[in-house]
Amino acid sequence: MDYIILAISCILINNILLAQYLGNCPFMGTSKKMETAVGMAFAVVFVLVMAGVITWIVNTYVLAKFGLDYLRTIAFILVIASLVQFVEMFLKKSIPALYAGLGIFLPLITTNCAVMGVCLINVNEEYTFVQALVSSFSYAVGFGLALILFAGVRERVLLARVPKPLQDTSIALVIAGILSLTFFAFKGMV
Amino acid sequence: MIEAILFMLGIGAACGSVLSVASKVFYVYEDPRIAEVEGFLAGANCGGCGYAGCSAAAVAVVEGNAPPSVCIVAGAEAAANVAAVMGLDAGTAEPLKSYNECNGGNRAANKYYYTGLNTCKAVSALYGGRRECEIGCLGFGDCIRSCAFDAIHMGPEGYPVVDETKCVGCGACQRACPKNILTVKTMSQRLLHMNAEDDALAPCRQTCPAEIDIPKYIAQIRNGDYEGAVNTIRERNPLLLSCGRVCPHPCEDRCRRGIEDEPVSINQLKRFVADFEMNSGKRIPIPCAPDTGKRVAVIGGGPAGLSCAFFLRRLGHGVTIFESMPHLGGMIRYGIPEYRLPKKILDWEIEGILNLGIEARVNAKFGEDFDMGSLAFEGYDAVFMGVGAWVDYNLGVDGEKLNGCYTGIDFLSRLASGEKFSVPRKAAVIGGGNSAIDCVRNLIRLGTEEVWIVYRRTRAEMPANEVEIEAAEHEGVKFQFLAAPVRVVGDEDENATHLEYLKMELGEPDASGRRRPVPVEGSETLLEVDMVITAIGQRPDVSFKESSKRLDDLNITRWNTIDSDPETLQSSIPYIFTGGDSATGPSLVVEAIGGGRRAARSIHQYLTGEEIKPVPKSLFKKNIPGTIFDSVPGVVKTPRAKMTELPVKERITSFIEVDQVLTEEEAIAESNRCLSCCRICYNKDAA
Repeated sequence: MDYIILAISCILINNILLAQYLGNCPFMGTSKKMETAVGMAFAVVFVLVMAGVITWIVNTYVLAKFGLDYLRTIAFILVIASLVQFVEMFLKKSIPALYAGLGIFLPLITTNCAVMGVCLINVNEEYTFVQALVSSFSYAVGFGLALILFAGVRERVLLARVPKPLQDTSIALVIAGILSLTFFAFKGMV
Repeated sequence: MIEAILFMLGIGAACGSVLSVASKVFYVYEDPRIAEVEGFLAGANCGGCGYAGCSAAAVAVVEGNAPPSVCIVAGAEAAANVAAVMGLDAGTAEPLKSYNECNGGNRAANKYYYTGLNTCKAVSALYGGRRECEIGCLGFGDCIRSCAFDAIHMGPEGYPVVDETKCVGCGACQRACPKNILTVKTMSQRLLHMNAEDDALAPCRQTCPAEIDIPKYIAQIRNGDYEGAVNTIRERNPLLLSCGRVCPHPCEDRCRRGIEDEPVSINQLKRFVADFEMNSGKRIPIPCAPDTGKRVAVIGGGPAGLSCAFFLRRLGHGVTIFESMPHLGGMIRYGIPEYRLPKKILDWEIEGILNLGIEARVNAKFGEDFDMGSLAFEGYDAVFMGVGAWVDYNLGVDGEKLNGCYTGIDFLSRLASGEKFSVPRKAAVIGGGNSAIDCVRNLIRLGTEEVWIVYRRTRAEMPANEVEIEAAEHEGVKFQFLAAPVRVVGDEDENATHLEYLKMELGEPDASGRRRPVPVEGSETLLEVDMVITAIGQRPDVSFKESSKRLDDLNITRWNTIDSDPETLQSSIPYIFTGGDSATGPSLVVEAIGGGRRAARSIHQYLTGEEIKPVPKSLFKKNIPGTIFDSVPGVVKTPRAKMTELPVKERITSFIEVDQVLTEEEAIAESNRCLSCCRICYNKDAA
């Protein structure tokens, strides 16, 4: 039950994009087309789960053990970057279909702040391994949900009469704000 | 501090070694040629080749799925380098270029300007793309944003202009445009396109037998781009100097301005740019596709043959023209008089066509000097027969063989060849067509005192062009209407002295809707003449069928024309195609030019092994439903450009060209009268 609550809180209440405001560059950059947004969403799920798990292990068994907590950020960056590279090579050899599907998005999110943010949240909240796994997956799903919703809205906005000064990114930011407000309605759920 | 450094070193080393091991373990063999090939590609990842990025294209090349010339951006040198890597022949590819079908009406109302919508896609989705009409450019520049090569920019009139030197033909603009206005095609594809029902075609363009993009070249004239206008015309008509002078411009009859006002003087504008090129002293280069190695024999160097040869050459085929007369040009040289089309202008035009690399053999008559057997022996892959309609019909009356009796084409062609005639004092020309008018106007210039046209119906029924009839009247030709010749009377030396005719009166309308002339009994009248020319129509000479080998299967119609499919112009022998008068019977020059291109298209399909068939939804001599209007509101009447003519006194004593070209100011004023139908919108005059 706890895990379900954790998942819901990660997906909706503390949505990484709309409540925590992390990962806004891909949020704006890859939401112009639904196709791109879906590709990005899956890539984030894939990488975030891997990164969440590996950084939890690094943190628990290396950093905490030797009292090197102050090196957490730099260590995580290194680990996540290497991990993504590794996964890319692995996929290319072993699962070429998945590699072709995720394509360019895999290396794109190497230094994504949403990924980094979730890893740090996992540590700060002192989650257990399973909790960290659930939270990483749920945050990623939340990311995908928000991104796909947003892409849908933006595709419709293209057809609307937008005043000239507000076109493109400006109106997108306004929409993101409204979307974020709607997510705040989930606040009292848990 | 120490432990921190050690830790970072450790974790760095760990990550490094894991990755290096992984790169060994998960190593995927890649053909080294892929990297090499990719190095020669442009690296633009534009997708113009049809593959997902340059790496994918390189893989396709190495796997043999794509030719070395796959990259449309990198150019010929890169293709040669790639071919060297692969050990292949580079081959040649025609470059794809983007073309904007819509050049804009010059005063189109921007209905949706500044209402917030800023993409063509959005406007198209919401309003069906209606700016003023449903077809034209919306002008929001989706194509400009889609172009990765900065090759499209917004022109001053609010429609996109393609910079051909920068365009690589990647096709992004074509995909971005919701209105199918920007199309990416090779030159050959454009030359091969025939009018189709779903094209955006102005009424004039639907009517022109050569299918010239009339609104486009008029728009180019308006913008001062005379070279562009010449190129536009040359995509459909290689004989613009000649056509600009002699075409009876059926297009102008359909001009929408003509519904409310006088039609735009389309043909004078054509002549204006054609003369501009000739007088500019340099020829505008005409691009040709790479050589295909195929050879075609074109029999007959008239307008149909020249047009067919011109387009075949531009499509990359080798062409030889065989002409029975001493010079090329056919009926436009030997039928059309000097005062309408000076020979030196025609020579200049034909020289330009031959300069493309077309061989011409003159004084070679089909069936005598060469035949199908010798053409096959010489290795021609296909044959175009544009032998024209050179045999005059005879009257079938007594005395037709007397001295001083000629037939129309015989007279005109001998005159054009420079033969000297003893100038008659009085002459009669029988017939009411353009050939008859050409004969009388020539006779006036030769110095004949009295020239008659004898025609069995009235002036209203004369098939000749109105302007020609008027010119003849101005020059002092006399008309004897409602007269049917019955006999030519001669003296004892067999010289013609009189023409005897029966008076006629008009009876009931016949099948053609014209009232049938009925002879009046006992009304025989003598007209004193010493020359009689019969110009009552021609038919093709098909005597070659008997004298040439391998033509037993060639079907001839009962009008003596070569039997062929009217749209593909393929005859009953698959490798023989026809066009012009020999396919249609006597018709217009522009019809023959259109037929030449139509046949060139079929020959191209035959040579490349395609099925020979018309374009889908072909608009063959039809109009698109709904495009012929009854009224055009908002047109402010402005007079049409007047053609300056040589004064009558001057012209009847010489063979100097009668019709004068428009001045630049007149041409630009006239081009502004064009409503630019089917370009951006129906273009109303500002009130």
